[in-house]
Amino acid sequence: MTVRKNQAQLTADEKRRFVNALLALKRDGRYDSFVSTHNDFIMSDRDDSDRVGHRSPSFLPWHRRFLIQFEQALQSVDASVALPYWDWTTDRTPAASLWAPDFLGGTGRPRDGQVTDGAFASAGNGWRINVRVDGRDFLRRSLGSSGLQLPTKAEVDSVLAMPVYDAPPWNSASDGFRNHLEGWRGVNLHNRVHVWVGGHMATGASPNDPVFWLHHAYVDKLWTQWQSRHPNAPYLPAAGTRDVVDLHDTMRPWGNVTPAEMLDHTRYYTYDVAA
Amino acid sequence: MSGITRRQAIGAASAVAGAAVVGVGAAQGPAVAAGHGAEPGSFDEVYLGRRIQGGPATGHGGHHADHGGGYSVRIDGDELHIMRNADGTWISVINHYDPQATPRALARAAVDDLQGAALVPLAPATR
Repeated sequence: MTVRKNQAQLTADEKRRFVNALLALKRDGRYDSFVSTHNDFIMSDRDDSDRVGHRSPSFLPWHRRFLIQFEQALQSVDASVALPYWDWTTDRTPAASLWAPDFLGGTGRPRDGQVTDGAFASAGNGWRINVRVDGRDFLRRSLGSSGLQLPTKAEVDSVLAMPVYDAPPWNSASDGFRNHLEGWRGVNLHNRVHVWVGGHMATGASPNDPVFWLHHAYVDKLWTQWQSRHPNAPYLPAAGTRDVVDLHDTMRPWGNVTPAEMLDHTRYYTYDVAA
Repeated sequence: MSGITRRQAIGAASAVAGAAVVGVGAAQGPAVAAGHGAEPGSFDEVYLGRRIQGGPATGHGGHHADHGGGYSVRIDGDELHIMRNADGTWISVINHYDPQATPRALARAAVDDLQGAALVPLAPATR
């Protein structure tokens, strides 16, 4: 059974295996196909028309399915690997072990934002940015340089306390848990973390930075924690909603999975601590 | 997208950590308050040595099929993929998680991030 662990608790061997599996997927081209898929959805999901991956109720089940598919790809390289999660309320500075050279590497250099240490620095191991929106082919970050602070535990708790999953108009203007977690409204959790990391994480091609998966694994865990706090609160909307994935509608690009089938993560993985 | 919803969203954004939600664009003017109904005006300027242009999409040269937007932004002639949020703010493929108040603020933010690099046309792959 796959057990997702806090990245801060990984052993040196677990970090090495995770990084090596990422590099293997990059080499065989599968990694970039995940970047392309994400960018396709982020460019086409719109508040006033069809929306699946973002700015909509299916933001959470869509990313859960996306991460499961990615985790299975990692496990096809090394069956011992699971996606770690990054609790950015706790590990909230560029000095965190997450950003050390033996794991994801650190922030970019001031001149051009280029990451220069770790396995994903452009100079080593072939981490070339192929799915990109501009001419630069090296991984970029600017940790915290936007002046933003990462969300606090109190801010996360204020969002976990919201009793309703989502609400009309089911987009970036919605009230409810999903949109506050996604960050288009209110204290801003998920979106703010993308901006804090900067570089590729701030763009539509954000999975170019491996921290994308650790960020979304924690967002996914927060969904589970919300379910635990509100055991009788359903995914919404239930049925018949235009442009939006209802509970039993299938989600693109897979076409064979519904939000209802993504509600219970324990069919796929568990956590190192009670969620 | 009713006016009530929009006002609620703006109220929430300004009441709680507003700077994190609307970013530097908040200083750019009244576009948020003007809401989704008003089309922003055109602009054409040189910012940090690069020509940025914005205006109603005229249907030539762009790749609008992916998002159906009615407004286009160019940097040195290359189209920047942009999107308007329900509350009237804007994002681009360069700054996708950080809404800006106006297309001009969005174009300037993209130039800031690009640090001189050229945009690469990135049409969605066919699925």
